[in-house]
Amino acid sequence: MLEVRWHGRAQQGVVTAAKVLGETCLRTGKYVQAFPEFGPERMGAPVKAYNRVSDEPIRMHCSVTNPGFVLIADPTLIGIALAGGMESSGGVTEGATEDAVFIVNTPKSPAEMRTALELDGKPAKVFTVDASQISIDKIGRHIPNTPMLGALAKATGMITLEDLMDDFKVNYSKKYSEAVINGNLEAMKSGYEGISEG
Amino acid sequence: MTDKNNEELPEGGVIHEGGNADSYETGGWRKLRPVLDNEKCTNCLICWVMCPDSAIIVEDGKMVGFDMEHCKGCGICDTECPPKIKAIKMVSEEEAD
Amino acid sequence: MATEKSNEMQGLTGNSAVALAMKQINPDVCPAYPITPSTAIIETFSSYVADGEVDTELITVESEHSAMSASIGAAAAGARVMTATSSQGLALMWEMLYIASGLRLPIVLTNVNRALAAPINIHCDHSDSMGARDSGWVQLYSETVQESYDNVFMAVRIAEKVRLPVMVCLDGFITSHAIENMATISDANVQDFVGEYTPETSLLKDMENPISIGAMTLPDYYMTFKKQQSEAMAEAKDVVEEVSAEFAQKFGREYGLLDSYELEDADVAIVIFNSATGTTKVAVDELRKEGFKVGVLRIRLFRPLPHAEIAAALKGLKAVACLDRADSFNDFGGPLFNEVRSSIYDLEDRPKVISRIYGLGGRDYKVEDAKSVFEELLKVVETGTVEEMTKYITI
Ligand code: SF4
Ligand code: SF4
Repeated sequence: MLEVRWHGRAQQGVVTAAKVLGETCLRTGKYVQAFPEFGPERMGAPVKAYNRVSDEPIRMHCSVTNPGFVLIADPTLIGIALAGGMESSGGVTEGATEDAVFIVNTPKSPAEMRTALELDGKPAKVFTVDASQISIDKIGRHIPNTPMLGALAKATGMITLEDLMDDFKVNYSKKYSEAVINGNLEAMKSGYEGISEG
Repeated sequence: MTDKNNEELPEGGVIHEGGNADSYETGGWRKLRPVLDNEKCTNCLICWVMCPDSAIIVEDGKMVGFDMEHCKGCGICDTECPPKIKAIKMVSEEEAD
Repeated sequence: MATEKSNEMQGLTGNSAVALAMKQINPDVCPAYPITPSTAIIETFSSYVADGEVDTELITVESEHSAMSASIGAAAAGARVMTATSSQGLALMWEMLYIASGLRLPIVLTNVNRALAAPINIHCDHSDSMGARDSGWVQLYSETVQESYDNVFMAVRIAEKVRLPVMVCLDGFITSHAIENMATISDANVQDFVGEYTPETSLLKDMENPISIGAMTLPDYYMTFKKQQSEAMAEAKDVVEEVSAEFAQKFGREYGLLDSYELEDADVAIVIFNSATGTTKVAVDELRKEGFKVGVLRIRLFRPLPHAEIAAALKGLKAVACLDRADSFNDFGGPLFNEVRSSIYDLEDRPKVISRIYGLGGRDYKVEDAKSVFEELLKVVETGTVEEMTKYITI
């Protein structure tokens, strides 16, 4: 079973990102969970969202404490305590498995981020993608969630870019205009292509 | 006589028969009884409007008396009969008998 | 009708699954006053109403007390009525809950479990529905999104058969806001399963024969009506079984009054309900691999209490822990503990029973928490003594 934790600030779309990831995995025949951790719902407040993905039905209903995948939609969350009403008040690396994959939204290099995450010399993998810039270029708004999903597809192979884009088209074409859908699909693609590993 | 422990009572205490207040005789609750003075009554029917027990009997638009099976003797008819007319007087049941 | 056993999986949250179920049932009336975490049920359902996808009369009221009052009025007139609430909302309905059941009105209410203030808290525990456990409502508890959806359909059938209101409970946020795989049922099959509502008296269909509802009864009649209500509650147990069996036959998903997991040869077990059951099952699997004979009993139907079935399921065990996500504040364990313990009293060789209160106000209950309770139970078996009868855990 794969366990994913998303970090962001309210309005950056990490809850939606977890939802899209869950839906995409579900469409490929997996069992999934996608759930947010609701703390204070204020714009800018740190939020977390989670995914579980498995070939078997998922029975546990506790929060994800040892994620193998950590997606950080806002680099300013690194190095700060994320207290906010819920129990785990540690930072973005708290509980992550030894060989966890970290994907950080930043224009900086993976090496810089590895240091910032205090993961130098550790087996964890660190990727970066400038999801904010991509979202501004492609969608015209600072919502880094879809480029992060593209980056996740590239970095992990948990999902394919095609499945991701397909799912988004199917599930959201009712909700959003064609321009918004296309912008997000472009953003996914750019996120997929724009990821750096280090 | 209804068996009060009968389990066939309607569920939830629903009463399936409309207008059944008529079969409950409240006349026995009376201490005072209204008595009409036909000479004074102008048939304005204010008493008929005000009586809480629908106990004023009206025939052909005329106040003709009281339904003693339902009149509870509250005296509202007496109070409401216009002051210049005062066609109703409340008398005690013993006195009336 | 065609059976429908292998549906394509969808990803829905508990709230959207319940809203979808309500849409497919298409009730006559839905009086509602949304509250976190059940808000999305009414929000989503109201969009179905606005889009003309249902014929339901949605009544937006000014409080939950009014929501239940309007539900009672509509149900008394012969309408099929559904609503949803949580926490303080259910607490505010309290007075009217008893009137709904006393008048024998088959209202279906989804309660998304949330802690009661004070201190104020929006997260999951069961103090809201546990507080309503003696209000004369049938209570069904749901482990997953799938079961929450399925229970709503069964609730309609159960309510209308025994003429008692039914409360479907699911965990706030944990189930209400989590997307999980679930299979939906086609609209036609839902309609076929729930059928048309044909109450014995319906002002909606028969205005010529008025009825009186809510008349006062004095000591001569009151108790007779309460006895009828109590008997209807006893009958509800069989009806839950029948309706669940028919549901399983038609849609392939089986639900009992209880759900026994690895109990056959178990020495110790946890009794629990709602979403934490799955987490406990994971702990069972892990401990079984290490050779420990542990199991889980999930209570799906809490009102009426399937006491004989609970006793039968726990017979032969050595120690049992009842996990309550609510406190009775009686200095003697949670409600589940007291009722389960009482249910097994007449067993010849009954297991020792302990109370553990967990997860209040959304406190996470993890696989390790379940494991540590099992360890305590195994110790009780080993030493033959209970050190702490009641205790708060996950703290
Ligand atoms: S005394 Fe009261 S009940 Fe009797 S007729 Fe007058 S108003 Fe009606
Ligand atoms: S109110 Fe007086 S005057 Fe008028 S109808 Fe009655 S008894 Fe007659």
